[in-house]
Amino acid sequence: MSLVFAGICSHAPGITGRIHMADKDDARTLQSAMNEMRENLERAKPDALIVIAAEHFANFFMDNMPSYCMGMAGHYNGPIEDPQWLGIERTRIPGVPELSRRIITSIMQDIDLAYAEEWKFDHGIMVPLHHLTPRYDLPIIPANINCQGPPLTPLHRAYAFGQALGRACAEIPERIAIVGTGGISHWPATPDSGKINEAWDRDFLERWCDNDRDALLDYSDEQVYLDAGQGGFEIRNFIAVAGAAENSKGTVHYYRPIPIFAVGCTAATMAIA
Amino acid sequence: MSLYYTQKLLYQLNRDQSLQEKFFADKESVLTDYELNEEEHAAIVTPDIGLLYILGVNGQILMHFAAMCGYAWPEYIQSMRDALDEHGNVKAGLYVTTDGKGAT
Ligand SMILES: [Fe+2]
Repeated sequence: MSLVFAGICSHAPGITGRIHMADKDDARTLQSAMNEMRENLERAKPDALIVIAAEHFANFFMDNMPSYCMGMAGHYNGPIEDPQWLGIERTRIPGVPELSRRIITSIMQDIDLAYAEEWKFDHGIMVPLHHLTPRYDLPIIPANINCQGPPLTPLHRAYAFGQALGRACAEIPERIAIVGTGGISHWPATPDSGKINEAWDRDFLERWCDNDRDALLDYSDEQVYLDAGQGGFEIRNFIAVAGAAENSKGTVHYYRPIPIFAVGCTAATMAIA
Repeated sequence: MSLYYTQKLLYQLNRDQSLQEKFFADKESVLTDYELNEEEHAAIVTPDIGLLYILGVNGQILMHFAAMCGYAWPEYIQSMRDALDEHGNVKAGLYVTTDGKGAT
């Protein structure tokens, strides 16, 4: 048993890039929720952090799009975006190649996973790290689920990917933390940016906290697109975390729709069973 | 379908600083490597961010090209709203809007 932390949080670039345009109370409460999540993460004393983030055409494109990919590089660089636009300085993030390779090899027993020895982090990973490991001193293992370029992997495979990840963590002595990032409902980078379906988000978070597999998988992409926008496809990352912590229940520490950040900002964790 | 190549060019510009420099110094020399139709070609050279949105460029690719071309966030959002008024709905891809009004 070496999964020591499992959580989810938002990764919208506006959270750091447009913070100067946000209501002060929104910015302050989100910051303190993320601080609390960082403290919980630190208390778990992880040896490495796996970030499951749907990236946004930073490394993967429609010429050769993996449904699932994990990194096993010695280090990573980010953000790929203009640092001023994102509000995060360019930096080098430590990797952990040998451990990454062991986890990837183990997951391959169940999932046909792609791997990468080079990876430029975009906001999907950098915004969470900016809050959770602000000194960039914890080794990171990036994981990507394609949520951007259809055809997209079915939700039940995202859950199975999480289960394989959880099993892989259980087989190794290292203490592993997992954070899934993205979502929930949003219409990013469209004229509808700022629209948020709060009721839909809260219902999803309830299913996530119950870790009710059937309920979590009971969405069609067509309906998600209508109710939760293109950004809603990123529930795959949250579902994978639920799969990794499949016998655990979750708690939402923070949820607040913040239109200038373009999402209902979220911080939630599983109590690892 | 040359939307693929339009997006590929913008994807590569977002990733590659030296390609960006080459592009802004001499756009035509970079564009010869991509199979674009006339409308796409013109929209990239102008640049017409709103039209690129209407043609179906994924927003996660387009928002960085917009920033690269000097658009502030509100201008970028406005250019898409203006393009919806001018051209009607997005023609392809995942970023077909619902009502174009956002949170406001
Ligand atoms: Fe995202």
